[in-house]
Amino acid sequence: MDFLQPSSWQEALDIRAERPDAVPIAGGTDVMVDINFDRRRPGALLDLGRVAELREWGTEAGVVRLGAGVPYTRIVEDLADRLPGLAMASRTVGSPQIRIRGTVGGNLGSASPAGDAHPPLLAAGAVVEVASAARGARQIPAAEFYTGVKRNALEADELIAAVLIPSAAGPQQFCKIGTRNAMVIAVSAFACALHPDRRAVGTGIGSAAPTPRRAVDAEDFLAGELEGSGLWESRGELPETLARAFGERVAAAASPIDDVRGSAAYRLHSLSVMARRAVTWAWNDLRKAA
Amino acid sequence: MRITTRVNGTEQEVDDVWAGESLLYVLRERMGLPGSKNACEQGECGSCTVYLDGEPVCSCLVAAGQAIGREVTTVEGLADGERLHPVQEAFVECGAVQCGFCTPGLVVAAHDLLARVPSPSDPEIREALAGNLCRCTGYEKILDAVRLAAERQAQA
Ligand SMILES: Cc1cc2nc3c(=O)[nH]c(=O)nc-3n(C[C@H](O)[C@H](O)[C@H](O)COP(=O)(O)OP(=O)(O)OC[C@H]3O[C@@H](n4cnc5c(N)ncnc54)[C@H](O)[C@@H]3O)c2cc1C
Ligand code: FES
Ligand code: FES
Repeated sequence: MDFLQPSSWQEALDIRAERPDAVPIAGGTDVMVDINFDRRRPGALLDLGRVAELREWGTEAGVVRLGAGVPYTRIVEDLADRLPGLAMASRTVGSPQIRIRGTVGGNLGSASPAGDAHPPLLAAGAVVEVASAARGARQIPAAEFYTGVKRNALEADELIAAVLIPSAAGPQQFCKIGTRNAMVIAVSAFACALHPDRRAVGTGIGSAAPTPRRAVDAEDFLAGELEGSGLWESRGELPETLARAFGERVAAAASPIDDVRGSAAYRLHSLSVMARRAVTWAWNDLRKAA
Repeated sequence: MRITTRVNGTEQEVDDVWAGESLLYVLRERMGLPGSKNACEQGECGSCTVYLDGEPVCSCLVAAGQAIGREVTTVEGLADGERLHPVQEAFVECGAVQCGFCTPGLVVAAHDLLARVPSPSDPEIREALAGNLCRCTGYEKILDAVRLAAERQAQA
C-alpha cells in the first residue's frame, strides 16, 4: 500500500486521476476503522490532510462555502450562527475525539444513510461541489448526491471540494434518536429549516431509508398551509394539528427497515414525533425573532 | 515508509512503516511508547487518546503518515520527570484507576479539558470524557479525580 500525500488541491486531483486504486482519507474516522479491521486493503491511501484549501470556509453572497475537510468541532464552534442545523447535528457526532478529526467531506464520501450531516444539508438546500483534474468542478444538489446505500454521485476521478450551504435565513432544528447522548449512530434523525425569505420549508430524514432524503410532500404541505392561513405574515402560533399532520407526512416519506438499532415501525413513529416537535420549536424561534 | 514526528518533545524517526498503520501502532510497537492503549481500534473507547498538534484524538484512527512532521504528546509526556502531573496524581488519589487500561486515554482527555476549561461543571466533564470508556470504576471516581485536579489547579 502506498501513502500519497499531496500538498495542494491540484496535486490531489492529479493523483486521484492517476491512481484509481487510492482511497482518499480525511479525518480517517471511517477509513481507518475499515483498515484496522481488514475490511479494506486499497492500493494506496490518498491523504487529504495537507491540502489547506479543504480546511477553509468563507461566506459569499449569503452562501457558506465549507471546505470538505473542515472538522465538526470547527463547525460547532465557528459556524453555528450561519449553519445552525449543521452545527446541531455536528454536535451529536461521536465524541470530542471524533469531532476533532471527522469531516463533512468524509460523511459525504461514506454516504451512510445514518450520517448526521446529511439531514441538515438536505433541509438547508446545500449543494456539493466536486472536481476532477480532467473536467474541473461541478455542483450536485445534496438531494441528488446520495444514490444508494453508502453510494454517492462521485465519479472515480473526482474528489469532494466543498459544500455550498445557504446561510440560514430562519430557524433550523436537528433531532436524533439513539441510546445515549454520545457515540451514537442514529436510529432515526430529522432536520428541518424554515426559510421565511422565500416562504419555504426544508426537511431531511436520516437512518430511515436507503439514503438520506427530503420529505418533499411534507415541505410543500406545510409551506402551503402557512401561506393559506396567513401565518408567514402574522407569525401566529403554529396549530398543533398542523404540526402533527406535518409529522405524519414526514414519516410517510421514509422507507425504513428493521435492523439491530431499531424496528421500521419505531423509526416511522419516532420520525413523526421528531418532525412535529422540531417544526414547532423552529416556528416558536421564528415568532420570538419577529 | 519513513515517519518522522515529534513525540513528547523528542524528534522520532522510524522506517519501514506500512501505509495502513495507525499512529497508535507506531507509538506502541515502533517507538516503545506503550502508554496509549489499544482496546477497540475503532474510535469507540478512547484508550488510545493522544494529543496531535495540541488536540486530543484517537490515535488508532490517525494513519501514521498523517502524523509526519506533527507534534504528538502521549500520556508518557504529561509527567515532569518522576513527578506526576496533577491530573495523574488526582486519578491515583481518588481511586479512579482500577485495571488501568482506560486511564492513559482518560488522563489525556481530562488534561485537555482542564487546559481549556479550568473549572468545568459536571455536565462539561461528562461531555469531555464521553469518548472514553471505563469498564471498572463506574466513572464516579473518575469524576471525583477531575474535580480534585480542577480544585488544585485553581489553588496553584
Ligand atoms: C467512534 C465513532 C463514532 C462515530 N459517530 C458518528 C456519528 O455520531 N455520526 C456520524 O454521522 N458519523 C459518525 N461516525 C462516522 C465518521 O466519523 C463520519 O462519517 C465522519 O464524517 C467521517 O469523516 P472523516 O473525515 O473522518 O472521513 P474519512 O474516514 O477520512 O473518509 C470517509 C470516506 O469519505 C471519503 N472521502 C473523505 N474526504 C473526501 C473528499 N474530500 N473527496 C472524496 N472522498 C472523500 C473517503 O475516501 C472515505 O470513503 C463515527 C465514527 C467513529 C469511529
Ligand atoms: S483503541 Fe482507539 S478508540 Fe479504542
Ligand atoms: S480502570 Fe479498568 S477500564 Fe477503567
